[in-house]
Amino acid sequence: MSIAKIGIGGGSRIVLRAEGVWKSYDEGTISVLNGVDFEAVEGKTVALCGPSGCGKSTLLHLFGGLDSPDRGRISVNNVEINQHCNLLRLLRHEIGFVFQLHNLIPDLTLEENCLIPTVAAGTDRRIARERLQQLTECTGLSHRLGHRIQKLSGGERQRTALCRALMNRPKILLADEPTGSLDEKTSTAVFDLLLDLARTEGITLVMATHDRQLALRCDRLLQMHDGRIHEA
Amino acid sequence: MIFLRLILTNLRRHRIRSVISIAGIAFSVAAMLTVVTILQGAIGMFSSILSSDSEIIVFERNVSDLFFSNVPDAAVTEIASWSMVSHADPVLFGIVSSADHPIITCFGVTAADARISKATWIAGDKRSFGLHSDDVVLGERAAEFLSAKLGSIVEIGHGSFHVIGVMKTTNGFEDGGVFMALEAAQRFFHKEGTSSVITIKLRNKEDALAFKSMVKTKFADLIALEDAEFTHSYSQFKILKATAWAVGGCGLLLGGLGVANTMIMSVFTRIREIAILRVCGFSNNQIAVMIFGESALVSVLGAFMGLLIGTCFLYALKLVPDLHGYVDVTIQPIVLLIVIALSLLTGVAGALYPAIYAMRIRAVEALRFE
Repeated sequence: MSIAKIGIGGGSRIVLRAEGVWKSYDEGTISVLNGVDFEAVEGKTVALCGPSGCGKSTLLHLFGGLDSPDRGRISVNNVEINQHCNLLRLLRHEIGFVFQLHNLIPDLTLEENCLIPTVAAGTDRRIARERLQQLTECTGLSHRLGHRIQKLSGGERQRTALCRALMNRPKILLADEPTGSLDEKTSTAVFDLLLDLARTEGITLVMATHDRQLALRCDRLLQMHDGRIHEA
Repeated sequence: MIFLRLILTNLRRHRIRSVISIAGIAFSVAAMLTVVTILQGAIGMFSSILSSDSEIIVFERNVSDLFFSNVPDAAVTEIASWSMVSHADPVLFGIVSSADHPIITCFGVTAADARISKATWIAGDKRSFGLHSDDVVLGERAAEFLSAKLGSIVEIGHGSFHVIGVMKTTNGFEDGGVFMALEAAQRFFHKEGTSSVITIKLRNKEDALAFKSMVKTKFADLIALEDAEFTHSYSQFKILKATAWAVGGCGLLLGGLGVANTMIMSVFTRIREIAILRVCGFSNNQIAVMIFGESALVSVLGAFMGLLIGTCFLYALKLVPDLHGYVDVTIQPIVLLIVIALSLLTGVAGALYPAIYAMRIRAVEALRFE
């Protein structure tokens, strides 16, 4: 088994770790992950590349506690997710998700969509609004706060999704094809923003992508193949 | 605030469906309120007939209906002679029909009865009551529907009667009733020597317990109840009340099924949205509160609309000439509270399955849901 360790030097803190993770669907007939080992160091960016169906999204879902592995262990900040005393705490404070489809609630405004994680976490309203202001200024969305999602462009929607994912200051950002539904120019702009925010805020970014050019700009590029991770 | 927006957004998103749900609850509440209030009013009216210038009713023990009660004249005479009794008025109830009206309530009373002596006579002279066995006095509404006036001859049951007066009364049953002398009524209904009840006025209300005890001792076949006791214990009233609540409850159940249907659809159509909320950190409780909040809002809106519709409907019924005096629109606070509580309960019950379903949604599967 190969261990993909992302980070600078051996002393850096590992925030996300997978050990011998197996996952299959349809009662074991479709095997997706075959003993994946993975480590990600605090504040670094890592890209997961690979063909469709190779298990990138599955792995991200496992990292976020949205699904459970058949075998193996996944731990966030040295706490195993399966035995995590509070999965909600993980989703509210430690992990943020960005998907290929923005997954915003269309009838709500940009502001309301972004505030959803703070409502879930019970964050003080004043603090939540300050954070919202900070993030929307960084992403160039501050003039769109009161606009409904239907009124936003594809790039704006994905930037909104990024703001929402970062509202509760997560330590890890899991991005599943975050630019997959955007044109090349918008895709580059959103990715620039994603990298910039991750580095500014010291967030560990794990991103699944098809786009090798974008992947190369991460601190480390990993290739997924046959349900395993290989150094690219 | 965002929580409320999430609830409102979903109701607004499916406006027609929300309006139908609210209407379902509203009509159920209106039906329940109308049926219960009308029946409570009817019971109140019937009670007020019995409690007219009296506080105790004496009737035959273990009868299912006062129309079947037989109180001998001898008992009336003896009870009237007791020192604690101010007056004892025998009343014989009977039901007859005329050509166009299948049910007319007849009251056989004495001239001294408060229903005659203290009533407002709009035609005739109260001193003439009971002088002839074929004389009757009509309530104002009875005079209207029998097209009778002072001096008319009316055909009631198998007899012809001479109208010697028309009385105005606020009680629907009395206003639509026919009053005749007790002896005449006893002959007419083949109940010679008996009346249905004796209404008792005591000199001192505090003697009620002693009076009831004396009746129990002296007349094994009779029972004496204070007005409030009678209203609570009379089996016909209990049946009427139970029927009213059952009919209203069925209506509300239908409304609840409407809410359940709406909530199930509401959850099914936003599985992905619920999954997103889960990814954002929403707990099972928060998801459930959102679903229950939505159904509670539908129920509350429906309940208030229902109360409005029901009240308007009751007032409209009161204005119908044929129902004059029969509909009492006094909505009792307890009825109001029960109706609102039941509609809320129905809404919450209707959201139970959808809420459980929503809580069980797995984000990872739901995110694949289109």
